[in-house]
Amino acid sequence: MLTTILFYVYAAILIGAALGVVLARNPVRSALFLVLAFFTSAVLWLLLEAEFLGIVLVLVYVGAVMVLFLFVVMMLDINVAELRAGFTRYAPLGAVVAALMVAEIAYVVWVRHLGFDLGGGAPPLPAGYSNTKSLGAVLYTDYALPFQLAAVVLLIAIVAAIALTMRHRTGYKQQDVAGQVAVRKADRIRIVQVEPEKRP
Amino acid sequence: MGSVRNLTKTLLLGELLTGLGVTLRYLFKPKFTVHYPFEKAPQSVRYRGLHALRRYPNGEERCIACKLCEAVCPALAITIESGVSADGTRRTTRYDIDLFKCIYCGFCEEACPVDAIVETRIHEYHMENRGENIMTKDKLLAVGERYEAMIAADKTADAPYR
Amino acid sequence: MSSLLAFWQQLSPDLRGFIVMAVEIVGVMLAVIISVAMLTLAERKVIGWMQVRFGPNQIRIFGLPVLKGWAQPFADVIKLLMKEVIVPANADKVVFLIAPLVALVPALSTWAVIPFSPDFVLADIDAGLLYILALTSLGVYGVILAGWASNSKYALLGAMRSAAQIVAYEIAMGFALVGVLMAAGSLNLTDVVRSQAGGITHWHGLVLFPLMVIYFIAGIAETNRAPFDVAEGESEIASGFHVEYSGATFATLFALPEYANMILVATLAPLLFLGGWLSPFEGLLPADSLLAQPSFLWLFVKILWFLFCFLWIRATFPRYRYDQIMRLGWKVFIPLTLVWIGVECVLAWYHVGPWGRM
Repeated sequence: MLTTILFYVYAAILIGAALGVVLARNPVRSALFLVLAFFTSAVLWLLLEAEFLGIVLVLVYVGAVMVLFLFVVMMLDINVAELRAGFTRYAPLGAVVAALMVAEIAYVVWVRHLGFDLGGGAPPLPAGYSNTKSLGAVLYTDYALPFQLAAVVLLIAIVAAIALTMRHRTGYKQQDVAGQVAVRKADRIRIVQVEPEKRP
Repeated sequence: MGSVRNLTKTLLLGELLTGLGVTLRYLFKPKFTVHYPFEKAPQSVRYRGLHALRRYPNGEERCIACKLCEAVCPALAITIESGVSADGTRRTTRYDIDLFKCIYCGFCEEACPVDAIVETRIHEYHMENRGENIMTKDKLLAVGERYEAMIAADKTADAPYR
Repeated sequence: MSSLLAFWQQLSPDLRGFIVMAVEIVGVMLAVIISVAMLTLAERKVIGWMQVRFGPNQIRIFGLPVLKGWAQPFADVIKLLMKEVIVPANADKVVFLIAPLVALVPALSTWAVIPFSPDFVLADIDAGLLYILALTSLGVYGVILAGWASNSKYALLGAMRSAAQIVAYEIAMGFALVGVLMAAGSLNLTDVVRSQAGGITHWHGLVLFPLMVIYFIAGIAETNRAPFDVAEGESEIASGFHVEYSGATFATLFALPEYANMILVATLAPLLFLGGWLSPFEGLLPADSLLAQPSFLWLFVKILWFLFCFLWIRATFPRYRYDQIMRLGWKVFIPLTLVWIGVECVLAWYHVGPWGRM
């Protein structure tokens, strides 16, 4: 009962936040609504007792990705009016994509799971069941190879991003921090014994 | 060998631990803060604090409106207007010191030929309203009258060294 | 009294559980807030002593002739709450006022999964460590929002610095925690402490000493404390992200979350590495003696030690430059943690240390 109420409350917040992402005039506010949307969907996952996935969603998307996103959006001077100018041109395409997604969700909910109990939530898991453990067990046994492949693809993406944006400018001054750390007293100072001058 | 030792020292945060040791030693050292309103540090007789205008022992104003202090004041804090008093002597009709402009250099005191303007050792004073920072002639004379004994004692104590 | 008891017993068990839970939550919150108040006093006192001063030593509780200065934090709180909250004219007003709350809520809600003693924890959830990591990473939003909504250059610069710094150090901190959960075999904090039972040699801090040091330093960076407080950087960018805040918003944006997060880092460090509530004399003294019993007091002593380290480090080191912070985070800490995780893998393979007992 309480879970159902919570589900509807959070679902309403999620839809409101998702609408806010699209409708907010300020890009920073849009990004903030996206943060709220991620956070509420994490809560929905928690309601399904998928706590590992929910917390990882918060950790990765809210805690890291969206921070960098906000970082970039705050730095850029986005002209909202200019962005809006193309709205009518892309509106039909957007409508088609939206209709497709709605159709897919409808298919999943109504056609495939006809009679799915929406109010009941997921069946309760047995006591002592650890989400994290079972997920880890599956990832590192049955799906070890795809998991490793995904990791390698991500690594390639990181290396590619760095390689693409790396510039070698000339005449650019930089500190050699490793050299600074490695420096020793003997390299920098010379202690000289100066004899006192004698009066002639 | 030296570089290996250097690397070990960096990794084991040698220099940082030395620094932490210094602060830890100071944590237990006796403190030498003066508990100010209850204890006060000794003051020199030459301390340059709030200004005062002095009078001669017979009650006559010392100031003769020569305006040397006004001329010497590097912060232009002193404003003087002069006139002739009832007994026919030259006196100031206005003598203002703006305490916000004053830098307490003591040049006015040095310049004064009759030891009229002095800086006392009073340093605990405050203003509550706008305009109170202007020390008028009346206020300066009042300070001088009130602390004459202290000012005289300070000047006598300092006299041998001047 | 007896009628109260009778009233209590006639309530339904659900309601009783709910009330007990609420009382526990309020108790933990109050304890955290009072600790924050006392920590601000301790900070000023300890740093004062290290600079051969006294620190606050005038305001007393109801003017009693003892414990001079101990009422200072309460006087500060009253002063801050009575002051006017000024909203800058061109600020984004809603976000400006929400930002302190966004900073405060994660800082307080992390305490839900902290086990204070063998049998007291508000929510004994399975992925406690992950929950803490996720919520501490949310704390950065308060800083970013405050910096952006203030519509001030200094505030925005402070927010940018803080965001980049927290993202960088979270990785090192996460790797340090990976090392712990490899040794403990669980994400649940109570289980992490239980896995260290059996005397001081079984504490993770021994095998994972480099990770403990890195965890603590990353924790200092994560809470934006000196020497990593470039987000504030009063010598360069006025006061950083909280330059436009005053009164109650300043107290809830800056003071409460920062100090609550400090206490959190100082609480997690003993839980993860130094045996939490376990006694260091376990196994050395007879098991029934008072000193060998696990209790909250041991945890408290360890927390105090780490908090003292926070203040000690602040009193000792000058502020890092921004590029030095980034270099330390990315080029020193992350490789070091990875190397030590590799070492752990080797130890686990040959069943040495904690893996021999598992």
